[in-house]
Amino acid sequence: MKTDIILAGVGGQGILSIAAVIGMAAIDNDLYVKQAEVHGMSQRGGAVQSHLRISDQPVHSDLIPAGSCDMILSVEPMESLRYVSFLSEKGWLITNSKPFVNINDYPDVEKIYGEIRNIPNSLLIDADAIAAEVGSRKVSNIVMLGASADYLGIDFSSLEQSIRVIFGRKGEEIVQMNINALNTGKKAARVQSVS
Amino acid sequence: MDKLVLLGDEAIAQGAIDGGISGVYAYPGTPSTEITEYIQRSKIAAQRKIHSEWSANEKTAMEAALGMSYAGKRALVCMKHVGLNVAADAFINSAITGINGGLVVLVADDPSMHSSQNEQDSRFYGKFSMVPVLEPANQQECYDLTYKAFGLSEKYKLPVLVRVTTRLAHSRAGVIRRQLLPQKETMIPEDHTQFILLPAFARKRYRGLLDQQPDMEADAASLGFNMIQQGKDRSRGIIACGIAYNYYMEVATRYQLDHPVLKVSHYPVPTAMLQELADSTEELLVMEEGYPMVEELLTGVLKTKYRVRGRLTGDLPRDGELNPGVVARSLGIQVQEGRDIPQVVANRPPALCKGCSHIDMYNALNEALQPYGPGRVFSDIGCYTLGALPPYNAINSCVDMGASVTMAKGASDAGLRPAVAVIGDSTFTHSGMTGLLDAVIEQTPVTVIISDNSTTGMTGGQKSHATNRLLNICKGLGVEEKHIIEINPLKKHHDENTQIIADELAYEGVSVIIASRECIQTASRRKKEAKK
Ligand SMILES: Cc1ncc(C[n+]2csc(CCOP(=O)(O)OP(=O)(O)O)c2C)c(N)n1
Repeated sequence: MKTDIILAGVGGQGILSIAAVIGMAAIDNDLYVKQAEVHGMSQRGGAVQSHLRISDQPVHSDLIPAGSCDMILSVEPMESLRYVSFLSEKGWLITNSKPFVNINDYPDVEKIYGEIRNIPNSLLIDADAIAAEVGSRKVSNIVMLGASADYLGIDFSSLEQSIRVIFGRKGEEIVQMNINALNTGKKAARVQSVS
Repeated sequence: MDKLVLLGDEAIAQGAIDGGISGVYAYPGTPSTEITEYIQRSKIAAQRKIHSEWSANEKTAMEAALGMSYAGKRALVCMKHVGLNVAADAFINSAITGINGGLVVLVADDPSMHSSQNEQDSRFYGKFSMVPVLEPANQQECYDLTYKAFGLSEKYKLPVLVRVTTRLAHSRAGVIRRQLLPQKETMIPEDHTQFILLPAFARKRYRGLLDQQPDMEADAASLGFNMIQQGKDRSRGIIACGIAYNYYMEVATRYQLDHPVLKVSHYPVPTAMLQELADSTEELLVMEEGYPMVEELLTGVLKTKYRVRGRLTGDLPRDGELNPGVVARSLGIQVQEGRDIPQVVANRPPALCKGCSHIDMYNALNEALQPYGPGRVFSDIGCYTLGALPPYNAINSCVDMGASVTMAKGASDAGLRPAVAVIGDSTFTHSGMTGLLDAVIEQTPVTVIISDNSTTGMTGGQKSHATNRLLNICKGLGVEEKHIIEINPLKKHHDENTQIIADELAYEGVSVIIASRECIQTASRRKKEAKK
């Protein structure tokens, strides 16, 4: 088993929490994990990405080789496209559809959606709307994690378990909201992928 | 033993804690910052009263660590690559004084300049000062080599330099801990002249350092940090330094390559190992993150019978960090490229946060400078450097920490009026104060704006030595009181602030404008924590 994931977004959007949940679930399943993060200058509202590699064999490189990534999981639509050179032919691109506009020349969103739909295995999820329904826009990153769950190669219950551990300090209410976000995200992806 | 999932930086920190340090000394700098932050948060470190307060700059950090070592305890000093330029005087001379308690100098290089002004390679500093250099390849080695480096330092009675690069510093993997070692007792050096580098003493000590070199090389062959991995395909021998080993192994596993490999994690690289690999293979391919240091060592300037390839020959790119793709290509493998990035994707460079005080400062400064035209604002390193980008286009230089004040002075000496310096609060106490003193002594016409957000913002909001001290520091340095002016950079004060700056630009002497308003990131973090 091997899943190479690029997590994408804008500095401050919470991709490292997604990485932490998947990483912990992978370790609990005795898998090897390596996860390269971006710290420093780009975190000031710039494009950020994280390479997350999970495997039942030891992982050598901290970076995913171009053209061989199994999934791009993005919390922002334009950012999902920034890394398509890494995606393998059969890889999945799963992204939040809600743009994060902090630049003047942000392109026409429909053009972005068009490019995303050009990728055979792609899912556009309105994670912000789902998150708002679940209780807070802040959990839209976990909605996206839920949307990717069927393609991660990791037990769903392990993801739930690591959410409990990671958000445990913040109290039961926050844990429950994140678990709901995870489940609702998963369902939203299933509806999309059949339609 | 415990298995932890740690960043390379965190593994170094845990290795140092478990290795028995009594102090870490550092100034923040990407990609090294998380080492000290981890120790600041660590419960064991708190129990052991390990010193972990930030230092004013890398030089003060290096010297304080040397002082702790003098007193017999183990100390770690951390910095980014350019920080070692600031600490270089202390560092190079610490190789002459030698150490008492184990001293490890951790330097994190930033090839590809993700967050830096250059991509200098700190291994050269190791060679320059003639101390051993360790270069881990993965997170476990970050832990293990740091843990063992203190013993190595005490064995030679020399500082040991540990070098990592951005990818390893900021990538996470599982790490297994070793036994927690006891801290050392306070104990002054046996030889009371060891640290006195008067020429007569220094000459003797330098001879000693030279005499140690063969032992250091022999250890690099025998301690096991360097190793030769056998391989059947002798058409090529691979020399893989530090993290480059991972990229080679990634490619070798995927494409079933089986070349002999010299894995290098300990310098000076033993000649015998290089010779063995060179004589048993048809050519050498050198993979190193940073400058082609080992490649240059092998090729020198004269032609030899050995064929050596690497960054100098163009088989690998001359600049930038390595990755599995460039490593595969250097091995003659056609890598499958993924899709092209669609043209609609726009750049999203880092930017000043909404509501940042630097924005209001720049708006006022730009307006005040309007009558004079562009090209006269010397700036420095920090979030405020983003004032270089549109829509501000407010600054004309960013060179090294502190250079804003001194470059403005030099330009003013050359007749440029007004000459303006824009510097952050933490950068000012890092190395702006001394330059300001130069200007005060000569009454050089410069306008210094200290954009004070009361934190070290760019590196994530560490405490700033400058907070609540700027006014007194400037007074103490001798700036005339009526030309030290505090302003509040808020939109509603724009006109008033513009006028104040305009008045000071016209003044033929030193003026300092302290524009203070808390960083909105640290402010919101503080509010969140207060709620808890
Ligand atoms: C010699 C050196 N040390 C450290 C750094 C890393 N560094 C760059 S900017 C910065 C923070 C500057 O803080 P401040 O001057 O307060 O400005 P702010 O980012 O808060 O606006 C640091 C530590 C560097 N570039 N060079």
